[in-house]
Amino acid sequence: IVYPWTQRFFDNFGNLSSPTAIIGNPKVRAHGKKVLTSFGEAVKNLENLKATYSKLSELHCEKLHVDPENFRLLGDILIIVLAAHFTKDFTPACQATWQKLVGVVAHALAYKYH
Amino acid sequence: MTLTQAEKAAVVTIWAKVATQADAIGAESLERLFTTYPQTKTYFPHFDLSQGSAQLRGHGSKVMNAIGEAVKNIGDIRGALAKLSELHAYILRVDPVNFKLLSHCILCSVAARYPSDFTPEVHAAWDKFLSSVSSVLTEKYR
Repeated sequence: IVYPWTQRFFDNFGNLSSPTAIIGNPKVRAHGKKVLTSFGEAVKNLENLKATYSKLSELHCEKLHVDPENFRLLGDILIIVLAAHFTKDFTPACQATWQKLVGVVAHALAYKYH
Repeated sequence: MTLTQAEKAAVVTIWAKVATQADAIGAESLERLFTTYPQTKTYFPHFDLSQGSAQLRGHGSKVMNAIGEAVKNIGDIRGALAKLSELHAYILRVDPVNFKLLSHCILCSVAARYPSDFTPEVHAAWDKFLSSVSSVLTEKYR
């Protein structure tokens, strides 16, 4: 919704024609869950992110052809969603930490690009 | 990039709420900026940047007032911010990348304070709006 050009990677997701369609789209919901679950893996493997994301990185480069700039965009969106969800608990210090996390995840996902 | 009527309406509606806490939101946004992106502090060596400092609050107010002007003149942001545009281009010369960083922090502050109002559509409208403001402020750089 915020960066509509990112829809280019999701031709097979069906109806993404409006914010309402996107919010109600079951494939979007399922994919969001996939992505967040993967973040969970990152949090569990903070010492070893490059290895954790090695296969996913190759996938995003070789099969999915996703410009790594999109990882940055999604990371920033996640931060804003967290802000809205946790409100005053999402302090500046909390944001700073999470920005670092999304940054290193994005870096790990881009690491195998060639 | 132009704002649709719906987007302008979304910006104006949320601004009415934001304006009631403009100073606090301004200060919080700067605090988020300096904490998350420490390199941005390099533009403020002359400031006391500790939490709650008078200078932080003062500067936050300044920023939010300017945004308020842009909201009031949302049909002609360029006209409304012409002087600020020159200030940033010739005197302040803040690297353009930093406008994105501050815009992001402002969005975080607004989202945290008005979670139920901050729908995806409102988020999109505000992202576009702040992006327009940033463009105007950097367009005279070269």
